[in-house]
Amino acid sequence: MSMRKVAIVGAGMTKFMRRALETGQELAWQASKMALDSCGLTINDIDSVVIGTAPDAFDMVHMKSEYLTPGCGAWRKPSMRGFVGGGTGVFSVCQGWYFVASGLFDTCLVVGEEKMSSCMPHPQAAFVTCWDQFTESPLGASLLWFFAWEMNRYMNAHGITEREIALVSVKNKKNALGHPCAQLAAEITVDDVMNSEIMAWPVKRLDVSPTSDGAAVLVLASENVARRITDKPVWIEGVGWCLDSMYVGQRDLYYPKYVEVAARMAYDMAGITEPSKEIHIAEPYDPFDYKELHHIEGLLLCGKGEAPKLLADGYFNRDGNLPTSPSGGLLGVGNAIAASGVMKTAELFWQLRGEAGKRQVPGKPKKGVAQAWGDEMQVGTVVVVGI
Amino acid sequence: MSARVAIIGVGYTPFRTITPDVSFKEMMFEAAFKAYEDAGVCPRNDIDSFINCAEDFTEGRSIFDIHVPDNIGAVLRSIHTICHDGIVGLIGGYMLISTGQFSIVAIESHSKLSNMLTLDYLVAHALDPVCNKPLKQNANYIAGMEMNRYLCETGTTREQCAAVCVKNKRNAIDNPLASYGDRITVEDVLKSETTFYPLSCLDTSAPTDGGIVMVLASEQKAKALTKKPIWIRGFGWCSDTPSLETRSWGEATYARLAAEMAYKMADIKYPRKEIDMAEIDDAFSYKELQHMEALKLCHKGEAGAMVEEGATEREGELPVNASGGSLGVGWMSEATGLQRVLEIVLQLRGEAGKRQVPNASVGLAQSWRGIPTTSGAVMILSNE
Repeated sequence: MSMRKVAIVGAGMTKFMRRALETGQELAWQASKMALDSCGLTINDIDSVVIGTAPDAFDMVHMKSEYLTPGCGAWRKPSMRGFVGGGTGVFSVCQGWYFVASGLFDTCLVVGEEKMSSCMPHPQAAFVTCWDQFTESPLGASLLWFFAWEMNRYMNAHGITEREIALVSVKNKKNALGHPCAQLAAEITVDDVMNSEIMAWPVKRLDVSPTSDGAAVLVLASENVARRITDKPVWIEGVGWCLDSMYVGQRDLYYPKYVEVAARMAYDMAGITEPSKEIHIAEPYDPFDYKELHHIEGLLLCGKGEAPKLLADGYFNRDGNLPTSPSGGLLGVGNAIAASGVMKTAELFWQLRGEAGKRQVPGKPKKGVAQAWGDEMQVGTVVVVGI
Repeated sequence: MSARVAIIGVGYTPFRTITPDVSFKEMMFEAAFKAYEDAGVCPRNDIDSFINCAEDFTEGRSIFDIHVPDNIGAVLRSIHTICHDGIVGLIGGYMLISTGQFSIVAIESHSKLSNMLTLDYLVAHALDPVCNKPLKQNANYIAGMEMNRYLCETGTTREQCAAVCVKNKRNAIDNPLASYGDRITVEDVLKSETTFYPLSCLDTSAPTDGGIVMVLASEQKAKALTKKPIWIRGFGWCSDTPSLETRSWGEATYARLAAEMAYKMADIKYPRKEIDMAEIDDAFSYKELQHMEALKLCHKGEAGAMVEEGATEREGELPVNASGGSLGVGWMSEATGLQRVLEIVLQLRGEAGKRQVPNASVGLAQSWRGIPTTSGAVMILSNE
């Protein structure tokens, strides 16, 4: 069966910040309005809504998608909340894709919203109830411990140093200087990262993205409708998602196999056989600096363990061969979990249309990949877009 | 819609009020294993994508989808969670298959509500955090208010609501899966303790535990794999407002809109004539009546009389909740929708045993996500 083509036709986002005064509904509304305005539509033109938002425990709102419906314009419309933890943002785009590709709907609003600041004093507490209730939760482990294991394993497997990894943080925070919505844009050095407080060795404060409040929204449309709305549709050419086992102890953390499986699913759909050559621009998920490198490898954009070397050579800079996180990523723009995944896809939308302003990547990129990751280091969600 | 989608396999654990002997993971495994056996598929090779329906708070875990892949054979596979009722999970699976990229999709949902010590207060967290939640009430007061408004607007009586309880609990006696089968009278319901006037204890469904898995397939695969495919002919779902202050209290608008979408898709013009049996949400007794009216199975205010006259009995003109519904089977949180679809599937396959409805070929399943939501889904299934 031939696949119905789905396009991104509009995008919008709020500023990402530590403590927004707006409620989650209001954040979602602001970004939705901006996205609809960007393509000249009103909420009456929207057939369906996908709501992406990460754990309810952040703001203690049970059935959060029901709560958010008015802010997302989903009132009395079919709406669905797909949920794969931290991978939710990019997964929401996959879900919006299947809404339209199924032939059931012509338009779909993909909303990513996150309000982490209501979790006092820090949203980290919400993660303690994630793990297996018998074997892991009783340890009281924070997420940082898990990431410290993974970062350590990744460094060990390939002989990578902390300084090589710190370069990601330097690059992304600098990229974010051009982003009007960025929370932590900064000009920093590798030494700044190395000298920042150790959270759980080898993870240091500047290796980690901030917690954020914010929302980001995309407007999706079927081919016929998209061509009426815009001259520059950005096509969703492939989608993929995959979950690995929850039992971290049974997996080798040096490589994100689940990201590779999800990426292969998306590349197959998009007809991409050599991603490292065919992809021009990438937005891999970077809640921690080592994760960007890890994910670049999982996305098959370079060989295993090769990413740090390429990074040092400037390969992933905005003017490099394959710019990664030109938006500034989560390290620079902020980590409003589900909103960040949508933000990453929105960045590709703006970059491919040549509308990224100060952040514009040179060379007119034509194909991009966005990816998110989450849960107990087990989710990969991937979207391939092109013009 | 180009190609059709069918349910080709169902699997379920026994439904029980308490299940101290098994964890939710074991229930998921049992239901999944049985569903894959029923459909004749191997999860590792044949199933293209998996969907789980769950809400974090009712599972008692944050980011619940972490726990899903290992138990249903979905490790390193395409799988996602939908935070919605099981029927919406089936709709997700239907859409995946309709894209042409997936042929077989499995949907899982379960209830382990016996783990929840203060369910009514947990539900209160779904209220608006600024305006309503600070009242710190047992959230069932919302159902009491809604029932009062519904009775007032339609002239329905408490006796008619009680008749729903009597019918559903009696139907449940013949359902080996049901937890709350009983032979009671209208008097018993009226005399039972008032919780939130006019709602009484017996008007309110009680929770039960259980896991359900279903396997969906494209037309081509369905025909190759099973002799008894149950086709999904139409569906609809929507959420009305979450705010208590702006909703319509007498009418179930969400169910009406969902039904309109489903009837249009299934090309049904006269629902009462074209639908042979219905499984309708009855989390509270009055809800069955309110939903029947919203689904256009009768005019507004007529549902109560229909139940009293026996038209919705298993032998009646339009059997409603032959399974026993939530009042008889037990309320299963996000799995409730799948429990309703399960009953329709068993009935349309002719496998419902003592409670078999004769000559049924088109069935309607409807779900509501429970208080305080105004969110629901409708699915129309057929064995032809």
